[in-house]
Amino acid sequence: MRRKATLATLAGALTLVAGTAAAQTELTMWYHGAGNEVESRIINQIVDDFNASQSDWKVVIESFPQLSYNDSVVAAALAGNLPDILDVDGPVMPNWAWSGYLQPLPIDESVIADFLPGTKGYWDGELYSVGLWDAAVALYARRSTLEELGLRTPTLEEPWTGEEFMAALDAAKASGKYEYAFDPGMAWTGEWYPYAFSPFLQSFGGDIVDRSTYQTADGVLNGDAAIAFGEWWQSLFAEGYAPGTSQDPADRDAGFIDGRYAFQWNGNWAAVATLEKVDDLVFLPAPDFGNGPKIGAASWQFGVSATSEHPEGAAAFIEFALQDKYLAAFSDGIGLIPATPSAAAMTKNYKEGGPLAVFFDLSKEQALVRPVTPGYVVAAKVFEKALADIANGADVADTLDAAVDEIDADIQRNNGYGH
Amino acid sequence: MSSRLTRSNRAGWGFALPGFVLIAGFIILPFFFAFWLSMTNQRLISPNPTQFVGLENYRNLLGLAVITLEPERGADGAILVDARGEAQYPRVRTITRSDAFPQYRGMREWFRWQSGENVKVVIASDVVFMKALVNTLTFVLVVAPTQAGLALVLALLINQKLRGINIFRMIYFMPVVVSIVVVSLLWRFIYDGNDGLLNNLLASLTFGWFTPVDWLGNPDTALGSIMAMSIWQAVGFHMVIWLAGLQTISPTLYEAAEIEGASRLQTFRYVTWPGLRNTAILILIVITMQCFALFAQIDVMTKGGPLDSTQTLVFQSVERGYGKQDISGGSTISVILFLIVLTVSLIQRWLTRER
Repeated sequence: MRRKATLATLAGALTLVAGTAAAQTELTMWYHGAGNEVESRIINQIVDDFNASQSDWKVVIESFPQLSYNDSVVAAALAGNLPDILDVDGPVMPNWAWSGYLQPLPIDESVIADFLPGTKGYWDGELYSVGLWDAAVALYARRSTLEELGLRTPTLEEPWTGEEFMAALDAAKASGKYEYAFDPGMAWTGEWYPYAFSPFLQSFGGDIVDRSTYQTADGVLNGDAAIAFGEWWQSLFAEGYAPGTSQDPADRDAGFIDGRYAFQWNGNWAAVATLEKVDDLVFLPAPDFGNGPKIGAASWQFGVSATSEHPEGAAAFIEFALQDKYLAAFSDGIGLIPATPSAAAMTKNYKEGGPLAVFFDLSKEQALVRPVTPGYVVAAKVFEKALADIANGADVADTLDAAVDEIDADIQRNNGYGH
Repeated sequence: MSSRLTRSNRAGWGFALPGFVLIAGFIILPFFFAFWLSMTNQRLISPNPTQFVGLENYRNLLGLAVITLEPERGADGAILVDARGEAQYPRVRTITRSDAFPQYRGMREWFRWQSGENVKVVIASDVVFMKALVNTLTFVLVVAPTQAGLALVLALLINQKLRGINIFRMIYFMPVVVSIVVVSLLWRFIYDGNDGLLNNLLASLTFGWFTPVDWLGNPDTALGSIMAMSIWQAVGFHMVIWLAGLQTISPTLYEAAEIEGASRLQTFRYVTWPGLRNTAILILIVITMQCFALFAQIDVMTKGGPLDSTQTLVFQSVERGYGKQDISGGSTISVILFLIVLTVSLIQRWLTRER
């Protein structure tokens, strides 16, 4: 008898649990971080906290591997199957907004007033996405290398000029101690090329597309500044300063740490691992090739899908996730730059005097978002190929002309991408 | 009129139905889709409505023209030469980007040759496509006969009753079972320019005389390297088909040949080869089709580089359709590829017809 009673209570309790669950409206969410244990733990923690914190919404998260995430979203959009909350890579956001996958994010902008500029995704004058973090790139070097080669340590206020940078590479090359003076990271094909290398072009005075109209690349990607950039870029490989496109990914990861490369162009995500192995590591700001030092900005961000029936619920979750403690958790967990100064102060790496604090300043001072246009996804591919071809010895002007033609033809076929 | 196909054969059609439905749904229908899409400006994702553009996509891919460049001349009409004594020609971009020649707008140099004083330049609307086309054809012309021949040699070698011959069969067949993506990744390490296995091996075989080659990073060796690896990978599969063909040849024919005193070469020429005729046709067609579909190796090992030396039609089709979201461009390449494969297959059938 006793046993039966227990069962009945249990059944009652279960009904009760089911009852509360049903009262919460379910929101689906897709995330790009499958396979990364730490990242999954943090995002799941946020979801659990949110679900427990209120009784209206229940977020259900589904994670995808990063490499196939964009394809999955595009396929789901074609099939009319998008979740309520999407995570989206910053430069891709305008494409998805323009294509009608995303709707403007209904959160109060005062919430994100002190966020880093690269974490806010605006398209057509409206906020579509917000990121919990940003990423930044710096020139990795050893303090001992700088001293041995007698080089001035560049600062944010006074970065190296283009000539100083090349002089540094010459000194490293002449020392004979390094396999290559500079490792730009040619092994990392894909978005790394436009993200990491287009700021060099912008520092020379060119760009991927003309940002005043977004209707053409003519004159900015094949103008005099761009050709000067292209010739400089080609010289890096032709004169043996840098390993070319056939660089082994393993060399990319270990080359600087092993001391085979003198300088490395790398992101903050690699900083913690490198610091563990290189004691006197310094992060130098990007060199200034004439138009100011530049680095890329914008990483993964959250947005609300256009087909969501509950944008207010999705926005409530995103606003909940934007708390400093979660920003700090992501930063501590996977080394990303927290989006706010107050969150940065809570982290072990980015707080005042922290080993990576310099990245926060770099992101604030030098960051320039990639062209904010739906056509970026295509332009990025064209740019990547042009840079690989130039590195492999193709004629600079002809290659840039071809890239311009391809980007312009694409813009035209898309009726100007809605600008 | 009732034929054997329709007469009291309901069960047969029933069994075939799932196959027919799948083939129609996943092969025939998509082909007609591709044909239609190649006539439109369909994007992978776009809020703009799809428009019918006729043959524009084909023109954008196949456009070709020849222009003549005259050498630069001084005020007196003499040809200016540079320090090496070579005549100077104006850059192609002065023509393709000039408003005086709107018909050449957007075209690029594909290749050039010297013709007397002048230089003739072939310019193409889509140089990458042209290079992909040439690379794919080269790949087919080299790989198809080499792979088929090598597979036959291996099949003849293991078609013997020796102890442990199964071990050899297994070894030759093993690469076929491993995923092509894994094989490609492994060969990327083998071909590595610095300390790859191949460079190390060649260096130790020649006692250090061999200078390491960046096999996949050099435009001259990249396609050849991928060919060699592709031949090695799939040769086992065709070896098995040859082997099956060899074992259908009656042993009595070989005994008769031996009694007649035929040499081994004569036995092969007059007994084995005629017996393998149908197998040979099958293998040739299968390899040709597989070669035209070259994609995975390129995607994993070179992504079409360096300098487009390993671009192929299927890789370009995927790159455009998904990478650059241009479904119509990708479809157009697929249709062109289909027409090429169809033509080649028809020629092969005609060449190998029963006479």
